[in-house]
Amino acid sequence: MSWRADIGLEVHVQLRTRSKMFCACPNAFGAEPNTQVCPVCLGYPGALPVINQEAIRLTVRTGLLIDAHINLRSKFDRKNYFYPDQAKNYQISQYDQPLCVGGHLDFSVNGESRRVGITRIHLEEDVAKNIHFDADSGVDFNRAGTPLMEIVTEPDLHAPEDTLAFLQALKQVLQYGGVSDCNLEQGNIRCDINCSVRRADAVNLGTKIEIKNMNTFRGVFRALQAEIPRQIRELERGRAIVQETRRWDDAAGRTESMRGKEDAHDYRYFPEPDLPPIVLSEETITAWRAELPDLPAARRARFVAAFSLPEYDAGVLVSDKEVADYFEETVAAGAPAKAASNWIMTELLARVSESGESIRDLKVAPAGLAALIQLVENRTINGPTAKEVLATMLVEGGDPGEIVSKRGLAQVSDAGALENFIEQVVASHAKSVADYRAGKQPAFEFLIGQVMRLSRGKANPQLVRELLKAKLG
Amino acid sequence: MSEPTTWTLAESARRVREGAISSLELTDAYLDRIDRLDRAIGAYLTVDADGARAQARAADERRSRGERAPLLGVPVGIKDVLNVSGWPCTCGSRILEGYRAPFDATAVERLRAAGAIPLGILNMDEFAMGSSTENSSRQLTRNPWDLERVPGGSSGGSAAAVAADLCPAALGTDTGGSIRQPAALCGCVGLKPTYGRVSRYGLVAYASSLDQIGPLTKDVRDAALLHDVISGRDPRDSTSLDLPPTSLASGLGRELTGMRLGLPAEYFIDGMDPEVETAVRAAVEQCKALGAEIVPISLPQTRYAIATYYIVATAEASANLARFDGVRYGRRVPGEDPIDMVERTRAAGFGPEVKRRIILGTYVLSSGYYDAYYLRALKVRRWIRAGFDEAFRSCDALLTPTSPSPAFRFGERTGDPLQMYLSDIFTVTVNLAGICGVSLPCGFTKAGLPIGLQVIGPALGEAAILRVAHAYEQSTEWHTRRPNLAVGEGAA
Amino acid sequence: MSETERQSPFDVAYVARLARLKLGEDECARLQAQLEDILAYVETLNEVDVSGIEPMTQALETQNVMRADVSAPGLDHAAVMANAPERRLGLFIVPRIIE
Repeated sequence: MSWRADIGLEVHVQLRTRSKMFCACPNAFGAEPNTQVCPVCLGYPGALPVINQEAIRLTVRTGLLIDAHINLRSKFDRKNYFYPDQAKNYQISQYDQPLCVGGHLDFSVNGESRRVGITRIHLEEDVAKNIHFDADSGVDFNRAGTPLMEIVTEPDLHAPEDTLAFLQALKQVLQYGGVSDCNLEQGNIRCDINCSVRRADAVNLGTKIEIKNMNTFRGVFRALQAEIPRQIRELERGRAIVQETRRWDDAAGRTESMRGKEDAHDYRYFPEPDLPPIVLSEETITAWRAELPDLPAARRARFVAAFSLPEYDAGVLVSDKEVADYFEETVAAGAPAKAASNWIMTELLARVSESGESIRDLKVAPAGLAALIQLVENRTINGPTAKEVLATMLVEGGDPGEIVSKRGLAQVSDAGALENFIEQVVASHAKSVADYRAGKQPAFEFLIGQVMRLSRGKANPQLVRELLKAKLG
Repeated sequence: MSEPTTWTLAESARRVREGAISSLELTDAYLDRIDRLDRAIGAYLTVDADGARAQARAADERRSRGERAPLLGVPVGIKDVLNVSGWPCTCGSRILEGYRAPFDATAVERLRAAGAIPLGILNMDEFAMGSSTENSSRQLTRNPWDLERVPGGSSGGSAAAVAADLCPAALGTDTGGSIRQPAALCGCVGLKPTYGRVSRYGLVAYASSLDQIGPLTKDVRDAALLHDVISGRDPRDSTSLDLPPTSLASGLGRELTGMRLGLPAEYFIDGMDPEVETAVRAAVEQCKALGAEIVPISLPQTRYAIATYYIVATAEASANLARFDGVRYGRRVPGEDPIDMVERTRAAGFGPEVKRRIILGTYVLSSGYYDAYYLRALKVRRWIRAGFDEAFRSCDALLTPTSPSPAFRFGERTGDPLQMYLSDIFTVTVNLAGICGVSLPCGFTKAGLPIGLQVIGPALGEAAILRVAHAYEQSTEWHTRRPNLAVGEGAA
Repeated sequence: MSETERQSPFDVAYVARLARLKLGEDECARLQAQLEDILAYVETLNEVDVSGIEPMTQALETQNVMRADVSAPGLDHAAVMANAPERRLGLFIVPRIIE
């Protein structure tokens, strides 16, 4: 008997704005509790909300990135429910006129391309953070009122692997769009999962189970790995799935029912009387569309076409927006594309993965890397020297040209000087010379190595090779 | 020189400006009178004597340096629903016990900028829900014209204080008549500005789409003056209108030639007090004598206004009052878990009328009833607005009674909430339509109770209604009458 | 209680639960009666033909009232905590939340 899972997500994304959704308090992570608060985000009596226009722009931008329809007329509503982390005991959200409806996101799983439908994207305010003690709980309102975008998908996902790949692709899009930092540790992306199971040949979806408050992609993956078989087991035992909300117990590795801990949901949505509607013009949307950055897939294609990079290189570079930007800036500073790609993919990314830093934190800026590559290209230094210079730059920073001249690392391409080295090597390694002449190629490589050593690595290897070959006839 | 506490706001400001009296002397005159009389009236919940004196001294110093401000050194009373930095703000409720406002409401900030001195906090029906101030959890406020009667509400403290000369003017708020009706019952002037004229920032919301701050004053000129001071765009209130500053006080005249005043038939109903009807009809004749043309009109929407109001207002209130949960400020009753704590806090903190309205508002928004009640009420609301729009195509303003009856006795209507609601019949329409209205004295009953005339204008029609009100007022002497209070005896 | 279990069209106990109001039995009975009266009165709105009328969701016709994304300091922490009924470690303290 074969079963099929249907998975949809409600993804909550914290937007990258300077201030909160409805007040001027800073939208920043990590401050001391209740120090980034004001009458508005604390729900003080008499305080009133004012819409942050940047949050509107970022939400519409997200809609444009996933081909959504942008509602020209949109409004805010009050969603009523009591909770200690909800300052007003209603949340300002969007009910029947969200900013964006429809759209889709393409991504690939194991080389297979997939598409997930997006139902809607709306804007709301985040709640406060609860901290639990043994006897009671504490509430910190610093996060309360920060702009939160909710992306609701169709139930187009069917496996934990799909879901994880979708979330990674979505994260990439949001980062590319400059919409969110998507820092999972800081809770920038959180989601609720809707998951049901049906027989593979069934037409209708099964009964939906909601798993709330997932904070990590790994958690989503593991929760689905546990929940899908659980539902299948229940059905195979002939038990019906009852619609309910469950929570993921990460330590126990299973989902558990939240029944009894939840009230009946009757959110009593009604239009927010404190906020006039948002009316967007076609001109505004056209202008915002023109500002959209390339998405990863498009950028990869462009890297292949414009820079003649191999597909593999382009794929590695665009997987992180900062790396792709770094690459483009290096090329713009004069480095040949393939050389820039090689240096970034091997030397810099190795360094980044070792240190855990971002490529932007390195002491080597794109212009410095481009200058280093130039030195190799014009044969001022050879490859091994360049690696040595780069190592210095990564530790101390500085200009590669200066490092080379200060340390006398410039490559020796003067034929006279090289002839001199070669004379010495040939004179002192008669056996190797004889071996080479007897047809043993490794002896030739040995002799080149000796010349390089004599030059303390600065000899132009190409020239040495030519001169030695001529010398030995 | 006459008794300073009988002066109007304009007169007080002028005399302080001219140096005839210092701000400190004027402030002390009020503090002294409050001391002697307010035990009998109960208008003030708190008097900030030290703060007011300190500000009065500062105002006198500013004046001596040659500084000018429209209300420099003049004290003003503030309804308990407006945040005043450092003061309590309880909204007449137990649930806000212990709360201290950390900021000024914009209207208060503007009063200060104009040089005025917030004098004290005035009593009100809890969360502005009521028409008699009997719903205050704090104390009873008595009508200065008859201490056995209510002052009206919800701004009953503001109206009683102005009528009893316990402040030259006060700020009130009006969601369904809460400025105009107590003004009528206490014989003073009360203006409900057009929705969006005055910033609501710092006004503790009852019904956000209806609430508006306005002045209660001794005459129409003062209402105009105070309106000019507190109105204008505020970036902290997204529903405040961006308009050029008004100068209503300078546009007041004494005759009404060329004005067309509508007389809606539906505002003269069966069961209204005959003395009220007689006085209002006489006022209409007086306006005619001043040159106005009287136009009989019909507003058939009127009979649906109360039902519409009680759905829209309570729905919004059910959300607005959800924030009072004992978590961040105000009173808390301990409980076993957060839900229990919140339920106990709200049960103990809110009075019966507030609970009634929260329940009604929650119900009309709840699943399965939204369309039948709330959505329908929003449609009727637009129809009510359309009715006024139509009327103002042929009229500059409308004349109506403010309240169907004069001040009633304590306890007379508390047993029957619906009867109490119906007494708002002539005022709620103005809030639902978002337009403006002013109430002013137009006579007295045989028993000596004040009667109010309401002048209703279109959106942003304050200049027109105040012109009508001022011309009428200046042709009568009603506004000069004072209640006979046994000065010095205090107890009642 | 789910909707189907609700016995009469207006059930004050259910609504009070939504509104987080703990009501005594007497209070419940009194409110049930008063609100039934009020709801009966409100039925007069059914006389109005509202077909084709747009709901008036805002008192004004304005739109796009927004602010620039600029941050500014809010309230002083000490002032905020001074209003808190129970506080510790800079937090608002509530009974243990079960999540």
